[in-house]
Amino acid sequence: MGKTLQFTLNGTPVTLEVDAERTLLWVLRTDLALTGAKYGCGEGLCGACTVLVDDEALPACQITIGEVAGREIQTIEGLARNGALHPLQEAFAAVDALQCGFCTPGMILKAYGLLISNPQPSRAEIVAGLDDNLCRCGAHLRIIHAVEIAAAAMKGGRS
Amino acid sequence: MKRSGPRETPTPRDPMADTAAGLTRRSFLKRMGLMGGGLVVYLTIGDGAGTAMARAPRQGFLGAKVPSDFNAFLRIGADNRVTCFVGKIEMGQGPITSFAQMMAEEMDVPYASVDVVMGDTDLCPWDAGTWGSLSTRYYGIFVKEAASEAKGVLKSLAAEKFSVPVDRLQTEKGTIFDTRQPSRRVSYGELTAGKLIERHLETLPPLKQHTAYTISGRPHLRRDARVKVTGEALYAADMRLPQMRYARILRPPAHGARLLTVNTAAAEALPEVEVVRDDDLVAVLHPRPDGAAEALASVKATFDLPKTGIDDRTIFEHLLQKAPPAAVAAEAGDLAKGAQASVTLLEETYLNSYVAHAPMEPHAALATVAGGRATVWASTQSPFSVQREVAGALGLPDDKVRVITPFVGGGFGGKSASAQAVEAARLSQRVGRPVMVAWTREEEFFFDTFRPAAVVKIRSGLDAAGRMTLWDYKVYFAGRRGCENFYTIPHHREAVHGEWRMAPGIHPFDVGPWRAPAANTNVYARDLHLHLMASLAGQDPLAFRLNHLEDARMRRVLEAAADRFGWTALKSPSGKGYGIACGIDAETYVAAMAEVAVNPDSGHIDVKRVVCAQDMGQVVNPQGATIQMEGCITMGLGYALSEEIRFSDGRLRDRNFDTYAIPRFSWLPRIETVIVPNPDLPPKGGGEPAIICMGGVLASAVYDATGAKVRQLPMTPARVKAALEAVG
Ligand code: FES
Ligand code: FES
Repeated sequence: MGKTLQFTLNGTPVTLEVDAERTLLWVLRTDLALTGAKYGCGEGLCGACTVLVDDEALPACQITIGEVAGREIQTIEGLARNGALHPLQEAFAAVDALQCGFCTPGMILKAYGLLISNPQPSRAEIVAGLDDNLCRCGAHLRIIHAVEIAAAAMKGGRS
Repeated sequence: MKRSGPRETPTPRDPMADTAAGLTRRSFLKRMGLMGGGLVVYLTIGDGAGTAMARAPRQGFLGAKVPSDFNAFLRIGADNRVTCFVGKIEMGQGPITSFAQMMAEEMDVPYASVDVVMGDTDLCPWDAGTWGSLSTRYYGIFVKEAASEAKGVLKSLAAEKFSVPVDRLQTEKGTIFDTRQPSRRVSYGELTAGKLIERHLETLPPLKQHTAYTISGRPHLRRDARVKVTGEALYAADMRLPQMRYARILRPPAHGARLLTVNTAAAEALPEVEVVRDDDLVAVLHPRPDGAAEALASVKATFDLPKTGIDDRTIFEHLLQKAPPAAVAAEAGDLAKGAQASVTLLEETYLNSYVAHAPMEPHAALATVAGGRATVWASTQSPFSVQREVAGALGLPDDKVRVITPFVGGGFGGKSASAQAVEAARLSQRVGRPVMVAWTREEEFFFDTFRPAAVVKIRSGLDAAGRMTLWDYKVYFAGRRGCENFYTIPHHREAVHGEWRMAPGIHPFDVGPWRAPAANTNVYARDLHLHLMASLAGQDPLAFRLNHLEDARMRRVLEAAADRFGWTALKSPSGKGYGIACGIDAETYVAAMAEVAVNPDSGHIDVKRVVCAQDMGQVVNPQGATIQMEGCITMGLGYALSEEIRFSDGRLRDRNFDTYAIPRFSWLPRIETVIVPNPDLPPKGGGEPAIICMGGVLASAVYDATGAKVRQLPMTPARVKAALEAVG
């Protein structure tokens, strides 16, 4: 069952001895102790588990670890650099774009994926881009605002 | 009803039956040990008559076991940091910020020097649970009193140190100085360093006046934002311990199902799997959660399935049949006379459906039970109840169980019940290792304590002058909160048949408190009905309310909402799609106005705009209060438009977000909030009130847009279309 897989995780190469059929979310959370990606539904319906795979925001509960072999994964833990928050993180904190915070890592990565493919999204594009990510606390308004602020700060760059 | 499946928890003991517990001196010392030694001023109060108030146990349900000794609430470190201990938990409503503000304000220490420890039964003073918008309203007073007394004792210590009378001293930013010689100055940390001091204070210092506030009443950003945006914030399911096991538990397919046979042979044959059977609890354990899921999938079980004939359509008849006699919440005049005085009568029945809490974080708990002690990290709103339940299930004394509440990923009332903690503790006791029980989304829906389905019947009358003469209000199973009548109606009666709590034989599954319990249903029915009454009277719905309203606070919030909204007089249905609702919740007054458009072909409601005005007395954190209003409005779109649990014979049809639709970005209206200032009133609730208007304001707006009376929430497209067809 164990198979040696290699991928890049938050910029660092990783080699894992693991069953390729296992779900990325559980490998991240359990084997790699990165608990920033959350379990919210397990069915690709809530976005709490969102990570970036080769710059595309995807639900980690719907991906096997085998599928990410050779690819680049970014989780919320890898977003801040040397203690400096990413502009999206800054913006979320600056406008209180969160309450319980459980949806927050997924929201930020979903927004990051959006901004990588569309650096200056309109409000309607932000709404459409984030619509599959659920937030029960109702932080939506402020999340949109945070993404607008971050987009302006990033000026089309990645940070 | 009898619960099926492995979900029995010990019968909760009456919390009031216990003797006053709380933190004793011994537990302060224990806390010092837990926190790595401590430089704590142990402050005690003397026996003088002036201190009797502080020494008397807190009265009533909310405060009965909250220690009156303020040491329970704070610790001053040699580094001048102040730690504030509260039994409440942080699930998003922001008390972690407002408690720090209150503590810093009353103690005169910098806001940034306060740390807040919440929901840890070993470290924090007892609390009944985080619900009911009570954190600031009630618990906040305890925190402020503790801070104020601590400051008084520190001043008396400084007075001795400087050999000057206390009244010559002043406090400022965590220091005390001599007003005649300001260079004579000592910090709180220096005063307390390395000493355990027991000090008596003869009289309680008064709390600050709000006009003197510099920290409370000012907007503060969430202090937990940084850890939440970096992923460092830990929730119960993120906890890890060496040798821990992830459990999955065999669940019945329907409520009321009985386990007949179970075969775990295939699971036992899997590597690393451990199967536990403990009475009704059948669980598989594995070092990884996905391994446990795989093992559970291999367990074969048969169940005896119930045939109740009750589903989400027949439930309302069932509820009416089973309704207990009325508890009369209020009445005046004589209903028969009111009916006689009426020239127009309107009688309507309104229905509300079962609604799930559906926090983004499902219930989770990690328990480790060993050597006659248990520690449980639980996603809960009630750590002290969990402590008692776990102790009961394990046969341990309460004080051998420590419950630690990490960040909670939303609760809304749904985590007042925390059966997962008992499950994890039982399993850990059995296998002698730490065990994590993290519910799946399906389990979260299945075992939710739903907001109950409910029926409201209203019979009301108007006289020839268009004044309300009669208000005969009956609410079944939603509960009393929010049913009160604050309008001037000579003959009225509010009858409450059944509360929102579990009632044997009534609901097909568990029910419980859901953000502003009962009020959402009551305000929906009342405000839609009032809108229809205004329409019958040929009056503008806002003017109609004001004509019947003497309560100045309610008039003010209505007028504030109207002002922001730009309300113009209309006769409904005007086609504009304007709605109104208002009410009182957690002693806060709230009014909302909305604009909707209804698609006649699809029945879809587009909410364009919601304005909400709220008078919540003093506001500790205006930023946090505004965010709670926005959150309530957004969340409230769900129960108004889409959320309902569909079921039959105890089986749920809605078990994930594919069919249970909660509000999304694309549903957002323009949201505007107004806080109506009322600083002379002590703080009132803020986490719930703004949600109570959402059903009523949108239902009345739909009527105004189309003339359709949607008599059941949620207003799904199908119900809207049916109501539109009835208009013709
Ligand atoms: S947990 Fe992956 S989308 Fe919900
Ligand atoms: S902040 Fe709680 S779910 Fe989004």
